[in-house]
Amino acid sequence: MSLWTAVLLASAAAFATKYAGHVVPGHWLEGPRISRVMALMPIALLAALDAVQTVAGPGGRPVVDSRLAALVVAAVALRVRAPYIVVVIAGAATAAGLRALGLP
Amino acid sequence: MPSQARGAADSDRGGPEPLSPGRRAEVLRQSLSVGIATGAYGISFGALSVAAGLSVLQTQALSALMFTGGSQFAFVGVVAAGGAGSAAIATATLLGIRNGLYGLQVTTWLGARGLRRAAAAQLTIDESTAVGMVQPEPSGRRLGFWTTGLAVFVFWNAATLLGAIVGNALGDPKQWGLDAAAAAAFLGLLWPRLRSGEAAGVAAAAALVAVLVAPHAPAGIPVIVASLVAVVVGLAPRRTGVAT
Repeated sequence: MSLWTAVLLASAAAFATKYAGHVVPGHWLEGPRISRVMALMPIALLAALDAVQTVAGPGGRPVVDSRLAALVVAAVALRVRAPYIVVVIAGAATAAGLRALGLP
Repeated sequence: MPSQARGAADSDRGGPEPLSPGRRAEVLRQSLSVGIATGAYGISFGALSVAAGLSVLQTQALSALMFTGGSQFAFVGVVAAGGAGSAAIATATLLGIRNGLYGLQVTTWLGARGLRRAAAAQLTIDESTAVGMVQPEPSGRRLGFWTTGLAVFVFWNAATLLGAIVGNALGDPKQWGLDAAAAAAFLGLLWPRLRSGEAAGVAAAAALVAVLVAPHAPAGIPVIVASLVAVVVGLAPRRTGVAT
């Protein structure tokens, strides 16, 4: 699949999901278990994405490098309620700084 | 079954009561500041996307057509890791399911039909839903939703273009810590959702599953496997009989 195909298909799926919410009868997604799964889904996905982004190295094997230090700095920034853009820049700056010092 | 009937009880269908000028200005101010603040990190999305190997046009297409930040970051994250297009589509789509849930609520405020409804659907994201939801009166909810959605759309797309152009000029993304910026970006999206012990537990378990699966599966698949943690925990019977 070309990258363009993936971009357009994923965009179509995103719109279809949003549109579905506006047209399906509300009671379809009621019920405590379904709503719990829906509430937990973004948490599981974001945590998994973050873990892979932070520690996966060549072949998917875990490696410890500047990304982990950057994540810790980002967590501290979030803890002190820094704005989102500051959190992202702090993460990038930490990794860039450590790599400039010769660390992986 | 005791449901959250209180929150769902809407008296929205009352006649059109225009907002007072003071309230109107207040809602517009809120919408605009959320639009600018959220839009600004479109810069990081644009830069990360071109670093992942997407063209400026593909990057812009995601911001205009997909228009839901978490899914966009996820899509380019999977591409950056060398994942298949199908894995990128699946991850982005799973992360976008919540927009469908927002739509269930938003549609009760707007009562829009046809093209207006399609436009409202495209603007149904975290921020527009949140600003709409906190307004006490129906007309405030409608104004808050539309103006926040439009403001985020405009600023997010403009910032994406800026980030993509700047990102293209930067060269090696690792030298600038852009891979770590992506990790920080995901953490920033996750952080406000970690309000309960259950949420933190699901996050930790999903992270562990993803890391354990990563060496044995193509890029993008570990995240989808980890999403099963949410399904298992969500469907599991609660340990006590206490309702939420």
